[in-house]
Amino acid sequence: MPIVFIPSLLRKFTGGKESVVIPGRTVGEVVRNLDQQFPGFRDQVVENDDLKSSVAVSIDGDLAVGGLLEQVSESSEIHFVPAIGGG
Amino acid sequence: MAKKQLVETTINGEPVEFLCEPRQSLLESLRDILGLTGSKEGCLTGDCGACTVLVDDRPVCSCLMLGVEARGKKITTVEGLAEGTKLHPLQQKFLEDASLQCGICTPGFLMSAKSLLDRNPNPTEAEIRYALAGNLCRCTGYDKIVRAVMDAAKVIQAR
Amino acid sequence: MDTPQTHQFKVIGTRPVRHDGLDKVIGRAKYGADYSFPGMLYGKVLRSPYAHARIKSINAEKALRLPGVKAVVTHDDFAPQTTAPVYRMGGEAAVNPLYLASNILAKDKVLYAGQGVAAVAATSPHIAEEALGLIEVEYEPLPIVLDVLDAMKPGAPIINTTIRRKERPDEETNIAGEFQFKRGDIEAGFKSADIIVEREFRTEMVHQGYIEPPNALGIFSGDGHATVYTSTQGPFDVRIMSATLLGLPEGSVKVVPAEIGGGFGAKLTVHIEPVALLLSKHAGGRPVKMVMTRTEMMRGATGPTSGSVLRVRMGATRDGKIVAAKCWFAYEAGAFPGSPVWLGCFTGLSPYNIDNFLVDGYDVLVNKPKTSSYRAPGATNAAFAVECVVDELAQRCGMDPLDFRIKNASREGTPSVMGPKFPRIGCVEVCEALKRSAHYQTPLAQVPGKYRGRGVAIGFWINGGMQSSAIVNVHADGTASLVTGSVDIGGSRASTAMVVAEVLGLRAEDVRPAVADTDSIGYTDGTGGSRVAFATGLAAYQAANDVVRQLKERAAKIWEISPEDVDWIDGKAVSKRNGVAPLTLKDLAPRLTRTGGPVTGRANVYATGVGPSFAGCLVDLEIDPDTAKVQVLRCTVVQDVGKAIHPSYVEGQMQGGTVQGLGWALNEEYVYDEKGNLRNASFLDYRMPTCLDLPMIDPVMVEVANPGHPLGVRGVGEVSIVPPPAAVANAVSAAVGTRITDLPISPPRLYRILAARHG
Repeated sequence: MPIVFIPSLLRKFTGGKESVVIPGRTVGEVVRNLDQQFPGFRDQVVENDDLKSSVAVSIDGDLAVGGLLEQVSESSEIHFVPAIGGG
Repeated sequence: MAKKQLVETTINGEPVEFLCEPRQSLLESLRDILGLTGSKEGCLTGDCGACTVLVDDRPVCSCLMLGVEARGKKITTVEGLAEGTKLHPLQQKFLEDASLQCGICTPGFLMSAKSLLDRNPNPTEAEIRYALAGNLCRCTGYDKIVRAVMDAAKVIQAR
Repeated sequence: MDTPQTHQFKVIGTRPVRHDGLDKVIGRAKYGADYSFPGMLYGKVLRSPYAHARIKSINAEKALRLPGVKAVVTHDDFAPQTTAPVYRMGGEAAVNPLYLASNILAKDKVLYAGQGVAAVAATSPHIAEEALGLIEVEYEPLPIVLDVLDAMKPGAPIINTTIRRKERPDEETNIAGEFQFKRGDIEAGFKSADIIVEREFRTEMVHQGYIEPPNALGIFSGDGHATVYTSTQGPFDVRIMSATLLGLPEGSVKVVPAEIGGGFGAKLTVHIEPVALLLSKHAGGRPVKMVMTRTEMMRGATGPTSGSVLRVRMGATRDGKIVAAKCWFAYEAGAFPGSPVWLGCFTGLSPYNIDNFLVDGYDVLVNKPKTSSYRAPGATNAAFAVECVVDELAQRCGMDPLDFRIKNASREGTPSVMGPKFPRIGCVEVCEALKRSAHYQTPLAQVPGKYRGRGVAIGFWINGGMQSSAIVNVHADGTASLVTGSVDIGGSRASTAMVVAEVLGLRAEDVRPAVADTDSIGYTDGTGGSRVAFATGLAAYQAANDVVRQLKERAAKIWEISPEDVDWIDGKAVSKRNGVAPLTLKDLAPRLTRTGGPVTGRANVYATGVGPSFAGCLVDLEIDPDTAKVQVLRCTVVQDVGKAIHPSYVEGQMQGGTVQGLGWALNEEYVYDEKGNLRNASFLDYRMPTCLDLPMIDPVMVEVANPGHPLGVRGVGEVSIVPPPAAVANAVSAAVGTRITDLPISPPRLYRILAARHG
């Protein structure tokens, strides 16, 4: 099952846990299942059926360009990261 | 508003006449009246050298000179540096040595460097840096620009 | 994913003359300010003299009566804006349209001296300027706050009354964002440390310093379409932002990118493009050209980067292993939220594998210009602080500074600060190359009467992927053209063309690259984030391979075999059956008509597999004890560049970023008076390096191929600016025997430090 790493400022939703193992075949499914175990988490990262504009998702080190639609595998490591800007 | 004045001058070897307001700079006259947009506007206060042209073979910030002051002078801009399609060694070396990135400072550097090499055909690195200190570049860190001037000097010497 | 080519490259790695070079050395290249249209008007912006004030009224009657004035606009002429962030309005980040519009033309309040208040279009730039003086604005000045720590204190003047901190929804605040990265147990970590170093650092606001002032030429047609000619890094960003601010559908705005005279991140957003369009709309659709002055630009219409307060505490065991790190960063956002503090939080500790850390970052509003991206935004500030502390730690452990870094370096598989494990990276390779360099191997000789010192630092940048589109057209003479949407600020047109040439078996000069407008190419994210060679290069590579696929079909037709029996090897179609001579693109090109018609390859990518970069800077300097002037004697920059497509332009990025970093370290800063006015808004007093200030900058390229890209490419544009300020500070510290904690290390500041030591 995929492992979700919880950003520091959201660990209060997961009882302080730094990472949680959560089933799901897409990022969206994983987030929904996460929210079932830890109510309130989904609202921190999702808005209008898409990731919040300030949030991005990294899967195994690569940016998940599909957002909630991105597929995850059994061994995926999922990180929520702030959305990026460059120069 | 003061009436426009007629200015008769020589630009890149050709006699030129144009009308400009007394308050318009030479840079503005070249760019907006004569369509010679090769000289660039960077600061309008003579600090960056992007507008450098040669006036009677002397490098001048054209933003600090009035259009009417061009009367009777010989003006050379970057558009007059090459001979037809034959590039000046400085232009050639800037290309070969990758001495430009965005290229906005390049016309000004070419004119300042040409003036240097016309006066001092075999400058040291220190002399080149001194002569070009009035031209700012933010992209290259100057390394490849200085090398191009050194390389161009060698080409000119070999002639 | 295509596998990396294993044979020798023919074009990649060579140094051809760039395709756009000729036009640039003869003055023919058209930058934004070089465009002209019949009936054109000139636009100028009236800017606030106050750093914080309510706008009570704006009266433009007198201005409108001045002969030659055709329109005056204010914020209310924009379409009404939402205040919720709009995703994908700025690449992958979100932009708040109300803040964007208000920054350009203030709504109800001005929040920094230099903020736009109204704009005028007139028949000459001189008349437009005169008209500015005739617009009557009534201001009610408000208290100001300029210091980031003051702005965080309770009781500070509040800049935006709608901002709230998550934990305190009832309190007005200037803290617009909070970020935290945490791992392990720092209490336990520090307990186990033998040596602890703790310092507080300060940096000032600095400007990107591009030589070309921002420009825009807007044409608002009567049929609801709009065109903007502008020197921008992000044509598609200009499109969506301008469309949003004017209330137009995105597709109605066409952005034509002109050549650009530097941007370094600042030109990834809009500053005057929407105003040019707005003025054109109110001036009967006449083209309106706007070119900012240098003063206008410096005062903040174009967003410098954050000053910051940085507190770093690091602990190591005696053998030189870092066991704990605690960082507290507060960055100036300026008048609107959005400093790059979280990027500083992420990148500062990234070069090191540390089990226990806590990094807190704060985005703080102050009455200064809204900050914009500046080459590796946020990273330089953080690296300055971290690398100075690392240097001190290494010194106290009695270790060589590079050995200390190598011992603690992040490697492939090390969890990064944000969590995901690093892919193949070159941190160790960069440190080792620095150690091996002739510069490092040559001891710095002291001279009587001067202080001399050597300093080293390393830095990290994430690099970007994002979206790019590419089209390759094949011409009957066996040449090709490449069309992309990536503005060329440093030679990327050449390198992307070289990728296509390599795949198609052509010479670099046989592929003509063009940068297209927003109607003529697929969506492409801006040029920045060190992403063009990587992502647009990837799109070009894939588009060229799309051509190859089609060329194989054409060859198959000619040979009357199946396309599966055709290989493409070394730029030639080769039959897997024997007895047929291979066909090059030059051979096939004249036969396209008979074999199926035109051949065009295309690719659209949302690039993943980004390879982050590391850079190192080594600097020797000499200080005159009488004037406290710091002279750079020698400078070497080492960078992991993945695969250098055009080595000269990669070197150029390394050298350019290094020199910007040296300027940041030695002289550049925004100097404000107590009323919030910028005192040094010109190139004379905002002191950037001239060529007289510098020696040659030695670039050493290390190539650790990025496994995420078919050619091993890593972004190269940004990271070189990250280490120099710390390297300079470490060198000065070594030279004078006092730890430097504030930037810039300018003569007046250093003089005071030297005097304090002796007096």
